[in-house]
Amino acid sequence: MIQQRSKKGAVTAVIACAVLLAAVILLENISLLLPAGSVPNVLKPTSQLFAVLKKGAVYSLAAVSMNLLNGFTGLFSLGQAGFMLLGAYTYAILSVPVADRAAVYYLYGGSAVNFSFQDMFGTIFGTEGVGGAVSLGLGVAVAMVLAGCVAAVFAYFIGLPVLRLKSDYLAIATLGFAEIIKAVFQWQALGPVTNGANMIKNFPTFSSFNITGADGTVILRLSTFFPFLVSMICIAAICLLINSTYGRAFKAIREDETAAEAMGINLAKHKMLSFCTSAFFAGVSGAMFAMFVTNAQAKVYTTTMTYEILLIVVIGGIGSISGSVMATFLYVACSEWWLRFLDNVTVINGVQLPFLRAGFRMVVFSVVIMIVVLFFRRGIMGDKELPDLFKKRARKEGTGK
Amino acid sequence: MSGSILNVENVTMQFGGVVAVDNLNLEINEGEIVALIGPNGAGKTTAFNVVTGVYQPTNGRVSFLGETIVENHPQGKMKKLYKGEHAGEYSHVLAPTPDRITKLGMARTFQNIRLWKSQSVFDNVLIAMHCRTHTNFLAASLRLNHKEEQEQRDRVAELLQTVGLYDVKDEPATSLPYGKQRRLEIARALATDPKLLLLDEPAAGMNPQETNELTAFIGQIRKDFGMTVFLIEHHMDLVMDISDRIYVLDFGKLIAHGTPEEIQNNNRVIDAYLGVAEDA
Ligand SMILES: Nc1ncnc2c1ncn2[C@@H]1O[C@H](COP(=O)(O)OP(=O)(O)O)[C@@H](O)[C@H]1O
Ligand SMILES: [Mg+2]
Repeated sequence: MIQQRSKKGAVTAVIACAVLLAAVILLENISLLLPAGSVPNVLKPTSQLFAVLKKGAVYSLAAVSMNLLNGFTGLFSLGQAGFMLLGAYTYAILSVPVADRAAVYYLYGGSAVNFSFQDMFGTIFGTEGVGGAVSLGLGVAVAMVLAGCVAAVFAYFIGLPVLRLKSDYLAIATLGFAEIIKAVFQWQALGPVTNGANMIKNFPTFSSFNITGADGTVILRLSTFFPFLVSMICIAAICLLINSTYGRAFKAIREDETAAEAMGINLAKHKMLSFCTSAFFAGVSGAMFAMFVTNAQAKVYTTTMTYEILLIVVIGGIGSISGSVMATFLYVACSEWWLRFLDNVTVINGVQLPFLRAGFRMVVFSVVIMIVVLFFRRGIMGDKELPDLFKKRARKEGTGK
Repeated sequence: MSGSILNVENVTMQFGGVVAVDNLNLEINEGEIVALIGPNGAGKTTAFNVVTGVYQPTNGRVSFLGETIVENHPQGKMKKLYKGEHAGEYSHVLAPTPDRITKLGMARTFQNIRLWKSQSVFDNVLIAMHCRTHTNFLAASLRLNHKEEQEQRDRVAELLQTVGLYDVKDEPATSLPYGKQRRLEIARALATDPKLLLLDEPAAGMNPQETNELTAFIGQIRKDFGMTVFLIEHHMDLVMDISDRIYVLDFGKLIAHGTPEEIQNNNRVIDAYLGVAEDA
């Protein structure tokens, strides 16, 4: 009986995801269907809407992976930006086409890594037409998986000494790690690999997934669909993990470590599993972040970025996947789009509105965040998930009848 | 000995200069219910913590099912501070984490209930079965362990039925009344599939009726699961009722040991403990 219910839930979830993906495709391709003159500004490919959707997809994976560790296992880590950096660089280094490497690494007289997965698959499947699409897809996929793996390996070596300690050294250690890794990747001596403090670019990005015709015009846009697809797959994997026997063990550790250990749960092993998995998905989201901003540059992955993601997790509810996702889109939409007008000097009828000038957005934003943290401490969702809300309502209606 | 399941040998546990358990020796045989009694602060919980791997003893050895599981001798600064006996007798250091001891077949409950608070009754028991899972991390995440998972769920349902908590299986653990939380903690310990069950003051805070139910319940566990039980308890009715043998601890030292009748008539025990308990 218990199994049946979860099967039904899984089917519903898969349908919901498919519908959402279809909606995303439709949304980004409406502009191609409508006559050129009548496309509203919001739906144009350059609209803020799509930037928000893409960044939202990337950040929601980062937030969910942080939630897996901080919310579900009760381990407080502040290394998110560091793991994303590792993911971004791994992806970038393995994906710049060999032909472009001399140009990208011109300061160092070319790259030390003369290899890219897309080229490698290109020699097998070809570089034109369907073959080209296959080698692009495979190349990106393999590089992204490796991006996650590199982050996970680093997490393993940080976790080895730190996770055995019974306290919050993890937060300090990961924070330090993120800073160090940022400096290391800007180090001149590693230039032939990391391009020093310069950015790595020219690798496949989200818009590489748009399908273009022979004359270069776009036939089908998939640049928003792609990050949605990847994030969805990854978040689905995290959901599966959380509801598995290992996920339940994580929650037991979060709620009472002593009891968990007394019930035969190996703390060191399970903490390590959670930490590495979280880092893996942070790495994948880092790779996607590089695709989103179309470059990889170490100085972008600051502690502020970690705090931003932590904030999203807190706003969404610590221990709620759907909360994290909703909070991500809300946060990104507010910071990138809806509250933008606060930064513009606005003059109405010759009167300049007070306060509205560059930087005011951040003031309003901070106040909103303080309100959330002070009065909605459990976030939007607490530790509930979206389906829980429906279930509760259904049960209430059931008893009401 | 053939029937011996737990053997505590010359165990001393010292916190700095405080000797919490002083040269404890005890033995539990298969199928027995053995009680450990003594005034507050006598070192009973500490003894449990040493046996289950929470604390590393300062000196001594613990064997379980004939194998040494814990052993230590005074080291480092404890060499000077050590106040106990038998210091030179042990040379190995063996300090497994509690989860490894649990996997060997020893499960416990806590003096202060330690359920996983936001989890349901059902999940509390289900999580305890995790230590017997054979599936690896990836396979479990990808749901390749469908059969094992279903088996575990069936066993949880069965276990909850036996202990009489099936009708509240979907409630959050902490919403249960106190007596049922204690019972759930025992059910959770049973879910780890132990050979020896350690109960730390299972009747603490229970009213007489709940205590009677618990007494019957522990007897039932022994019968249904063929379990050996080692318990700490203050309710003398319960202890005298179900124990085969009793160990009495005072200020960390074993002061008496015997059948319930022997203990009830032991003057040292009456002085140290029973007289007080009767008044209370
Ligand atoms: N972790 C610890 N650190 C220092 N002293 C402790 C610790 N645990 C227990 N003790 C001391 O050991 C003694 C025995 O405690 P305990 O085993 O809890 O007694 P009880 O018989 O009531 O269960 C007490 O004096 C207590 O203060
Ligand atoms: Mg105690």
